[in-house]
Amino acid sequence: MIPSTLEYTKATSLDEALAAVKAGARPLAGGMSLMPMMRLRLAAPGAVVDLGGVPELVGICEDGDEIAVGAMTTHRSVANDPLIREHCHVVAQAAAGVGSMTIRNRGTIGGSLAHADPHGDLPAAILAAGGAVIVRGSGGERRIDVGDLITSYLTTSLAEDELITQVRLPKGAGQSAYAKFHRRAIDWSIIGVGVSIGADGVRAAATGVGDHPTRLTGFESVLNAGGSLEDAIAKAGEGLSPLGDLDGSTEYKLHLVGVLAAQAHAEASSR
Amino acid sequence: MATTERLTSGGVGDAVLRKEDRKFVTGEGRYVDDLKLPGMLHAAFVRSSFGHAKINSIDASAALAMPGVHAVLTNATLPVETGVLSASNPGGDVRHPEQAILAKEFARYVGEPVAMVIADNRYLARDAADAVQVDYDPVPVVVDAEKALEPGAPLVHAEYDSNLVKTLAHVTDGFADALAKAPKKISLRVVNQRVTPMPMETRGCIGDWSNSTGEVTLYTSTQVAHFVRTFVSIVCGTSEAKVRVVTPDVGGGFGAKLNTYREEFAVCAASKVVGRPVKWIEDRTENAVATIHGRDQVQYYEAGVDENGKILALKFDAVQNNGAYNQLLTPSISHLTLFMVPGCYDIQDVSITIRQVFTNTTPTDASRGAGRPEATHGIERLMDAIADDLGIDAAEVRRRNFIKADQFPYTSATGLAYDSGEYHETLEVALELSEYAGFEARRAEAAKRGKYRGIGLSTYVEVCGLAPSAVTAALGIGAPGWEHSTVRLHPTGKATVITGTSPHGQGHATSWSQITQTELGIPFDDVEVIHGDTAFQPYGLGTYGSRSLAVGGIALYRSLGKVREKARELAAHLLECSIDDLEWTGTSWQVKGSPDRAKTIQELAYAGWASASLPEGIEPVLEATTFHDPPNFTFPFGTHVCEVEIDQATGHVEVVNYTAVDDCGNVITPMIVDGQVHGGIIQGLGQALFEETVYSEDGHMLTPTLVEYLVPSAADVPPMTLHRTTTPSTSNPMGVKGIGEAGTIAASSAIVNAAVDALSVIGVRHLEMPMQPSRIWNVMQEATS
Repeated sequence: MIPSTLEYTKATSLDEALAAVKAGARPLAGGMSLMPMMRLRLAAPGAVVDLGGVPELVGICEDGDEIAVGAMTTHRSVANDPLIREHCHVVAQAAAGVGSMTIRNRGTIGGSLAHADPHGDLPAAILAAGGAVIVRGSGGERRIDVGDLITSYLTTSLAEDELITQVRLPKGAGQSAYAKFHRRAIDWSIIGVGVSIGADGVRAAATGVGDHPTRLTGFESVLNAGGSLEDAIAKAGEGLSPLGDLDGSTEYKLHLVGVLAAQAHAEASSR
Repeated sequence: MATTERLTSGGVGDAVLRKEDRKFVTGEGRYVDDLKLPGMLHAAFVRSSFGHAKINSIDASAALAMPGVHAVLTNATLPVETGVLSASNPGGDVRHPEQAILAKEFARYVGEPVAMVIADNRYLARDAADAVQVDYDPVPVVVDAEKALEPGAPLVHAEYDSNLVKTLAHVTDGFADALAKAPKKISLRVVNQRVTPMPMETRGCIGDWSNSTGEVTLYTSTQVAHFVRTFVSIVCGTSEAKVRVVTPDVGGGFGAKLNTYREEFAVCAASKVVGRPVKWIEDRTENAVATIHGRDQVQYYEAGVDENGKILALKFDAVQNNGAYNQLLTPSISHLTLFMVPGCYDIQDVSITIRQVFTNTTPTDASRGAGRPEATHGIERLMDAIADDLGIDAAEVRRRNFIKADQFPYTSATGLAYDSGEYHETLEVALELSEYAGFEARRAEAAKRGKYRGIGLSTYVEVCGLAPSAVTAALGIGAPGWEHSTVRLHPTGKATVITGTSPHGQGHATSWSQITQTELGIPFDDVEVIHGDTAFQPYGLGTYGSRSLAVGGIALYRSLGKVREKARELAAHLLECSIDDLEWTGTSWQVKGSPDRAKTIQELAYAGWASASLPEGIEPVLEATTFHDPPNFTFPFGTHVCEVEIDQATGHVEVVNYTAVDDCGNVITPMIVDGQVHGGIIQGLGQALFEETVYSEDGHMLTPTLVEYLVPSAADVPPMTLHRTTTPSTSNPMGVKGIGEAGTIAASSAIVNAAVDALSVIGVRHLEMPMQPSRIWNVMQEATS
């Protein structure tokens, strides 16, 4: 639990942060994932740049038919924000259930997406809502759908010199909810499922089912074709093969996907 | 019953707040890691990453080349006389293989220390430890104790012909006959899984060796400072009189620090080498492999019972996983299980066999309850199995088997002399408080919500107050069980109490102050309690096994009595009367019926110090010392009732109601008793629902962090109703027993019994721990398919 020697700088502007990242520093957001990994020596960056002093990365505002959320906005702020609670409840609910209060006070929405933990709640919730991220690097600014952001275990499609600056949440996500299952209150989700029911139909996405958050296409297609919820639940785990581990077998986890999809769908429908 | 404010004056039984808490809650506690000595260096250990491997060579050149690295020590270069010593040899002939301070030829478990790096700071020491190259040849591994006993199993220690450490056995003369005659036989296999004690403060120590004087001071986070001193002198080869062991504040132990560890000797020896103080602080993942584990016992029960569910004969065969070596008390832990096999039941005939086994795992030793939770969990599962088999209510089968109040003092089939008990009473009180009778309505209501609801009982007795020294000697423990106290009155009338107990969260400063106020009339706030420094105490046996109050508290009680009597002689002298003319008012000695002719204890403290006029043959100063050896153990008991709900969809087990009725005899500090029960229940709940230390078959630790090893958090604590009955112990003058382990001993079986009851509607008859949702779901799938 002793990290290797490293250089630490704290950026005070986005440009400063981007310069540091370009020079090879690992961005440090809330530190709720990177710090434990460094302590366990699973990560040993030679340098980190703390984004905690970059004011333009924090805050939530309405921007047309989207909500713009600064990447360094904490889970607690996301969970409590009236706009997000109203228009994108699935994300607020997922943020409210991350870890413990201490973690929610420090952990950030952008950090959660960039870290890309296969059991993270925010990526699945934002995927269910149909959100995207704005990233900036030396090649300028671009927009990536969350579904294209996380590519595998702890891996994203960000270029090495890019930072997530903003998360874009659609105001038209409709009725939505997030359901998760974990052993203790503070634990990672074993499985989590976000469901949104909007004008374009039902979107559902799960965490814990593979190396990245995944759309529950079986579940979605049954419901969007007018099928019954029961049939949809039966198809919820279609195409998925979560790894068995101390938390349970593949079979058990697939069962949980159905249970949680039903739970999230019921809650979303009742909103 | 929880106490939230200081209500009364501060004597025995008063609802005081703990006097040590202000320091802890304001962050002013001082732990080993807070200590910084001039010139101090830092140690990190290179630990085996293999469960079993031959060490071919160790190349430290890259580490030694790093600036700021002072030394890399190995078995060949660490200056010690011997390895870690065990103080436990129950029944004689226990196999005690050498446990070198740094591994010699083989590493026998993941985490075994192989080399030690000394550097300028902790970070550098860790970097350098990673740079040490060890050439290993992995050899076959065995982690499961039953498999380790099979013919052809890999040998953990090649010098022995098997992995057997010791077989403990106890059979009563009438057992075979009684079992043969029993009309019904009921069998049950119970696994008590491996757990980790997990104190919030990990271990840590600083060795400070003076090469000019040969004196060594060891600061260490321990429950047993004097044991450590004795063993440091032997292992490091110096006079015990030159060794001082200091325990600053200690952030929890749970048995993990009732030990002497390699690192404690290593920092002393390393300090001798580098000529500067050497500090080592265990990190959390290190703690998972380097500090002892607990339990890991597989039990096979066979009970011969009559038609009414009365047990006529009980057979108990168990396999205990000792790990790769015997630590301080390892072989004695399952010996405690042996003693408690019959529990609180009147079972005259038993056959007990416990086979202790070496495996390629971290050594096991005392973990809160130490051997007794194993016995209680098993017998309480068995009582439910009997009730289930014969169609008798779980409470009723216990009533029929209890030792009755008029049978005390009662000699158990394993030879313990239970001094007192009222088992029926605590059961009935608990049934009433938990609304046991109305449970079926709650089960039916829960079923409508998609939940299986169940209720479970645990009726326990434990053995505390360790221990009469003649008994520890007879049990093969190389240490006595007495305790020391000194009471010293100052000229200003304040008191210093020096105790040999070694609190690490228990609150002795508070309870010892209350006893002092009641017995000597010195106000609670005028008492200071000193503990945990071998420079202050003649010797102390420390804090473990719920012994502090029942042994150390009695040592204090007796010293206070001696001071009071000396004060009486002084008072008689000063008041010019006979000692028989005096009466004790609680704060002063006065001539009977003459309040105007009195001397307060403070006045007498001054007079004893001033010594202007002392009675003949009386020395100056009011001070007394006692070494109290208890005549017997104490036997706290109680009934816990748990209700759980199990989610039919996910298998999630939730404790929805918990009632504990405990009898720990007379209570000194109510809030401390409540806190011990709360914490104990939560630790038992941890074992029942969450905690398990898991190894892969090839010896790797699969639960090295708190992400895998799940300790209950505040949010996982169920509602609890606490109540007490009071049956004073007859083994000591205060009628006290001990409460540090009761909650843990009772809770796991109450919770598992409730879960089995919940799933009984689908035909489930047994569950193993921890009852994680996936396991429960699998059981439900099998039961309903």
